Amino acid sequence: MSLFRDRRILAGAMTLVAAAALTACGSKTSDEGSAAGVTADVSGDTVKVGLLNSLSGTMAISEVTVRDSIMLAVEEINAAGGVLGKKIQPVGEDGASDWPTFAEKAEKLISEDRVAAVFGCWTSASRKAVKPVFEKNKALLFYPVQYEGLEQSPYIFYTGATTNQQIVPGLDYLKSQGAKSVYLVGSDYVFPRTANKIIKAYATANGMTVLGEDYAPLGSTEFGTIVNKVKSSGADAVFNTLNGDSNVAFFKEYKSAGLTAAAMPVVSVSIAEEEVKGIGTQYLEGQLTAWNYYQTTPGAANSKFVAAYKAKYGADKPTSDPMEAAYVGVHLWKAMVEKAGAFDVEKVRAASDGITFDAPEGLVTVDGKTQHIAKTARIGKIGADGLITEVWNSGKPVAPDPYLKTYPWASGLS
Amino acid sequence: MTVLFGQLFTGISIGAVLLLIALGLALTFGQMNVINMAHGEFIMAGAYTTYVLQQSITGAGLSLVVALPVAFVVAGTMGVLLEVLLIRRLYARPLDTLLVTWGVSLMLQQLARDVFGSPNVQTRAPELLTGNVALPGGLTIANNRLFILALALAAVAALTLALRLTPLGRRIRAVVQNRDLAAVSGIATSRVDRTTFFLGSGLAGLAGVALTLLGPIGPTMGTNLIIDAFLVVVVGGIGQLKGSVIVAFALGVLQATGEYLTTLSVAKVIVFVAIVAFLQWRPQGLFTLRTRSLA
Repeated sequence: MSLFRDRRILAGAMTLVAAAALTACGSKTSDEGSAAGVTADVSGDTVKVGLLNSLSGTMAISEVTVRDSIMLAVEEINAAGGVLGKKIQPVGEDGASDWPTFAEKAEKLISEDRVAAVFGCWTSASRKAVKPVFEKNKALLFYPVQYEGLEQSPYIFYTGATTNQQIVPGLDYLKSQGAKSVYLVGSDYVFPRTANKIIKAYATANGMTVLGEDYAPLGSTEFGTIVNKVKSSGADAVFNTLNGDSNVAFFKEYKSAGLTAAAMPVVSVSIAEEEVKGIGTQYLEGQLTAWNYYQTTPGAANSKFVAAYKAKYGADKPTSDPMEAAYVGVHLWKAMVEKAGAFDVEKVRAASDGITFDAPEGLVTVDGKTQHIAKTARIGKIGADGLITEVWNSGKPVAPDPYLKTYPWASGLS
Repeated sequence: MTVLFGQLFTGISIGAVLLLIALGLALTFGQMNVINMAHGEFIMAGAYTTYVLQQSITGAGLSLVVALPVAFVVAGTMGVLLEVLLIRRLYARPLDTLLVTWGVSLMLQQLARDVFGSPNVQTRAPELLTGNVALPGGLTIANNRLFILALALAAVAALTLALRLTPLGRRIRAVVQNRDLAAVSGIATSRVDRTTFFLGSGLAGLAGVALTLLGPIGPTMGTNLIIDAFLVVVVGGIGQLKGSVIVAFALGVLQATGEYLTTLSVAKVIVFVAIVAFLQWRPQGLFTLRTRSLA
C-alpha cells in the first residue's frame, strides 16, 4: 500500500471526526411535526415527564448530577402520592452534549412519549436549540441552570438564575472589594459572549476597566497562552464563564503560572460543588463563585435535601446550585399542576404566578410574567474540603429581570 | 519581552505535549502504517492508570513515578491485544483497520464511562509540579510544563537510541524498510509488529500520565488529541521520528503565537491552513524514508 493511499484514508477519517465535532456548533432544529400542540398523554394512572440531559460528551460532568437530582424529586413526589393522584413516570434521554441531538430528543419526548413536561438542558446552546421545538409543540421545558438572560419563552420556566441574580451581584461584590479592572475568560458560545457583553456594559457604567476578553472552544484544554495574557494584564480579578472540561485545564494552568486567589481572584459562574470535585481543590481553594445555592446553605429544607441526596447517591456526592434548581423545578411544576387542577400546558402556565416553594436555597417565588423565579443571590469561597462557603448574600430574594430593564446601564443591550 | 519569552515557552510546551501524544503514533502509524483511531484511548488509559494508582498510593509524587512505567505497560498491553485480536488480520485492508479501530475507540470510551463514571476524575499533582520557576524579569516557567518537556525529550532520546542501537531496533527498522526482505532474512515479522505496537501504545500511556498534570481526565480526552497526533505524524513525514519532533515544536510555537496575536479559535485555523499549504508543497511530509521496497 502506498503512502498516498494511507494519507487519503486518513484525511477521510479526520474529516469524519471533525464533522462530528463541528455538528456540535450547528443549531439545526427539526421542522417536522404538527404546528398545533401535542397534548400530553395523561389517560392512565401515571403521567410521563421527560428528562433531557447530556449523559455523555463534554457536558456530562455537570449534567449527570442534574439528572440525579431530578430523579430524586420525582421519587419524593411519587412517595407522597404523585401529582393529581397520578404517579410520575420519568422518560430519560441523552442529549450527548450535542445541540441538534437535544432538539431531536426534545421532539421525540413531546411527540412520541407525549410527556407533560420536560426537565433538563444545561448549556444555553442546547436551550436555544430546543426552544423552537417547545414553542412549536406548545410543550413545557423546565430549565435549571443560570444563563445569560435576554430571553423569555412562554414555554420555558427558568428555575436557575438570570443575570441580575448572579452575574450582576458577582460584579457588585467585586466592586465592593475594590476591584478596578477585570479580565474576561469564557467558552466560545452564546452564554459567555452575552454575559461578557453585560459585564462590559456594567464595567463602563461603574468605572471598571475590562483589560481583555478571551474565548476558548468548548472542550478546549490548552490554556497556556490565555493564562499568559491574563497574567501580563495585571487585572484585579478574572471573571470566568468557561464551561465543562476547560475549567480543569484553565485552573491547573492558572496555579502553575503562580497566580493565586489572593493576588488575582477568579469569580466563576459555572463551577459548583460537583465541578470543584472534578477539578481538584488543590487548584481552586480560595477562588470565588457566584450562585444562589451552596451545599452549606443553612436551613431545614436544605438539610433534608442534602441528606436525601447523599442517602440515594452516596455520601461523597456533593449537591450544587443547578442540581438544586432542577430539583426545585420538579416541585414547582407539581405545585403549578395542582393549582391548575390539570396537566394542560396553558392552564399550568396561567396558574404559575405567585407559586412559592420552600426550596433548599430558601423561599422561591415564580414570577408568572417572566416565568423566572425570585431567588437569593450568593457569593461563596471554595474551601479546602471542596465545599463552598458563603461570603455574601443579597439578604432577600432578587426579583428576576431577564432583560435588565431596571438597570439604566443595560439599556443598550438586547 | 517577558511576554514574548513566556509565549515562546508556552509554544515549546504545547509542542512537547504534541510530541508526547504523537510519538507512539509515529511508531504504529509512521513505521507500521497502521491507522489506529484508538490511539487516543490508550492515552486515556494511561491517565486513568494514574488515577487508579493514586487511590492506593497516597504520595502524589511517588504515585506519579510509579504510574509512568505501569501506564506504559497497561497501554502497551492494550495495544498488543488490539494488534493480536484485530489489526493483525487487517494489515492489507487499511480502510477496515480504520473503521475497526474507531469502533474500538468508541467501545473503550464507553468502558471508561461505565467503570469510572461520565464525570471527570481528578488526580493530585505533587506540590513540586504545581509551582513554577521564577526567572529574572518576572518570567515564570511552570514546573509541570518543564516536567512534560523533559519527559517528551527523554522518550524521544530513548526511542531513537533503541531503534538505532538495539537488536530489536534493527529488526524494527528492517521490517519497516522492506518487510519481505526482512522476512526472508529470518526475522519473525509478526513478532516484530507486536513489539512495535507494544512500544507505540505504551508511549501513548506515558503521554496519558503526563496529561493528568495539565487537563481533565475523562472518557473523551483521547478524541480531543487524536487529530493533533495524526497531523504531527503526517506533516513530519511517515517513517521518521525526527520529522515528528520538528513538526511538533513548530506547530506548538505557531499555535501559541497565533493564539497570542489573535484568539484561540483563529489560531487553530491558522495552524490548519499552514498545514494544508505545507502538504501542498510537500505532500510526503517533512522527511521521507527512501527504501527499495516495492510496497
